[in-house]
Amino acid sequence: MTTPIELEPRSAATARVRLAAEGVRLAYDERVVVDGLDLQLTEGSFTAIVGPNGCGKSTLLRALGRLLRPTAGQVLLDGQAIAKTPTREVAKVLGLLPQTPVAPEGLTVGDLVARGRHPHQSWLRQWSRDDEAVVAEALAWTDMTELADRPVDALSGGQRQRAWISMALAQGTDLLLLDEPTTYLDLSHQIDVLELVGRLHAERGRTVVVVLHDLNLAARYAHRLVAMKDGALVASGTPDEVLTEQLLADVFDLEARVIPDPVAGTPMVVPVRRLR
Amino acid sequence: MSVQAPEREVRPVRSGRTVRIGPVSASLRWRDVVVPSVAFAALALVSAVSMGRGDFPIGVVDVLRTLVGLGEGPQEFIVLELRAPRVIVGVLVGLAFGVAGALFQTFARNPLASPDTLGITAGASAGAVAAIVLTGGTSTGAILGGLGIPLAALLGALAAGLLLFLLAWRAGIDGYRLVLVGIALWAVGNALIDFLLTRAEIYDASSAYVWITGSLNSRTWDHAVPLAIALAVLLPLSLALNRVLAVMQFGDDTARGLGVRLAGAQTAVVLLAVGLVAFAVSAAGPIAFVSLIVPQIAVRLTGGSRPPLLASGLVGALLVVGADLVTRTVLPEALPVGILTAAIGAPYLLWLLVRGRRQFT
Repeated sequence: MTTPIELEPRSAATARVRLAAEGVRLAYDERVVVDGLDLQLTEGSFTAIVGPNGCGKSTLLRALGRLLRPTAGQVLLDGQAIAKTPTREVAKVLGLLPQTPVAPEGLTVGDLVARGRHPHQSWLRQWSRDDEAVVAEALAWTDMTELADRPVDALSGGQRQRAWISMALAQGTDLLLLDEPTTYLDLSHQIDVLELVGRLHAERGRTVVVVLHDLNLAARYAHRLVAMKDGALVASGTPDEVLTEQLLADVFDLEARVIPDPVAGTPMVVPVRRLR
Repeated sequence: MSVQAPEREVRPVRSGRTVRIGPVSASLRWRDVVVPSVAFAALALVSAVSMGRGDFPIGVVDVLRTLVGLGEGPQEFIVLELRAPRVIVGVLVGLAFGVAGALFQTFARNPLASPDTLGITAGASAGAVAAIVLTGGTSTGAILGGLGIPLAALLGALAAGLLLFLLAWRAGIDGYRLVLVGIALWAVGNALIDFLLTRAEIYDASSAYVWITGSLNSRTWDHAVPLAIALAVLLPLSLALNRVLAVMQFGDDTARGLGVRLAGAQTAVVLLAVGLVAFAVSAAGPIAFVSLIVPQIAVRLTGGSRPPLLASGLVGALLVVGADLVTRTVLPEALPVGILTAAIGAPYLLWLLVRGRRQFT
């Protein structure tokens, strides 16, 4: 078994489906959060999952990342049932960044990013030249080289998120799932993180799925929006197709105007008041 | 599409030095090499000194000569039969407690996790006290041939460990849940011990109490050999987990995202730690505090992000053997070693806490 060491995913001639949910039911203990959901994510797409609190969007992301096993239906990674694929093989293709990940005290940025190579390493081969080159490149690409020897816990929130994204880059996976990567960040750092994710998609060809709360940022950065309500998928398409005044009323109970974003031209939500 | 290739990195990426020999490669921090080396050297010295001290003093050089087979007559008997087993049990017990503590604390991501707080040593003590009290350990102890009490302790520790595992397991093990279940087991074990002690004859109660404190007095090769065999299996397996532990110290989701089979890894860590503690306790009693404080001392010496396994084991051995030497030589009365490990280890940890900037882990 050869391990892919290059950072660039192979470009696909056609937009094939990389990750798919087929009729998945997701539950924590007895409580069903998502039921009978279908979703297909194609090669090279940049998808944002949006929806109100508790609609099951993070739960869906966890299932797509093999962190939660569906009680019915299945998740397919490149056509194979992800639940039957060894964890390590999944980790070479699919990377994920949990909401507010925690780094142990005292761990340096360089060592954190180096942990991204874990699925490619073995007990003997713990730090190969390839690992070193990939990690150095990931640090440089995310502008973290200067901070490589700083402890992660000494960084600001925005720098910390960059470090984690750098680790995901070093993992070298084609697919990347991010659960609310902008949580707790101020607006300029939210932009900074989403620009970085956008570059991962545009320059490195990553297939990206991101759960986002901010609709305007989701519309600006993602090419496809998936809206969820009460555990079901209610709309899917380009930001223009999904972010309509009717959908905001139906899904978010929000009366709002949707106008073109004066900077990017993407739809922009201006709230009026809460309905009901 | 590709960004410009970065300048050839001169600056090291990781905090360690890169070591590559053939297909083998690793990143080693110098303190992860120096601390265990120094601890090992100190351990060898203290052990040799310890084997020489007693009613019949023997110099360090003569001890070493005897150990390599150049000893003579009474010296050989005193070193090899009377003193070596005691010191070797001390070394092995310290190794086991130190490594088990590091395993538990990394796994639970909680510096309070240790065989003491998780109720495993309480289970071992309850087993041993039951054996002493119910069979009259002092009077009919000869019948059990010194084997009954260690065996009861081993079973008690394994039973507590199994209960801990089953009660804490819920589609994987959460660190907080593990600690809470452990504290409950600790309370149950201690209640059982108290119950047994209040019903015991005074001589039995007294010998049970010494056992609970942890002691290296009158240890023979019968104690050392089973422990050595157990550690020969359990220690290499524990050290082999090092790479996985480095990723497990992140949250569960991150670890699984990096390709760790979490349920299997968690099971392995808990079973190995319980096994190490069970054999160590059965040989010398629950020497107080070693497992709790030693990993915290070791991580402050090595300065890494988690308790180092090997260094924790060696510092644990040094603490136990050193404390035993002090109880036998400096103090006017030979006390059980468990009193000293707590008396030396706890203030040292407090000192490290006061002067360090690290908060916990």
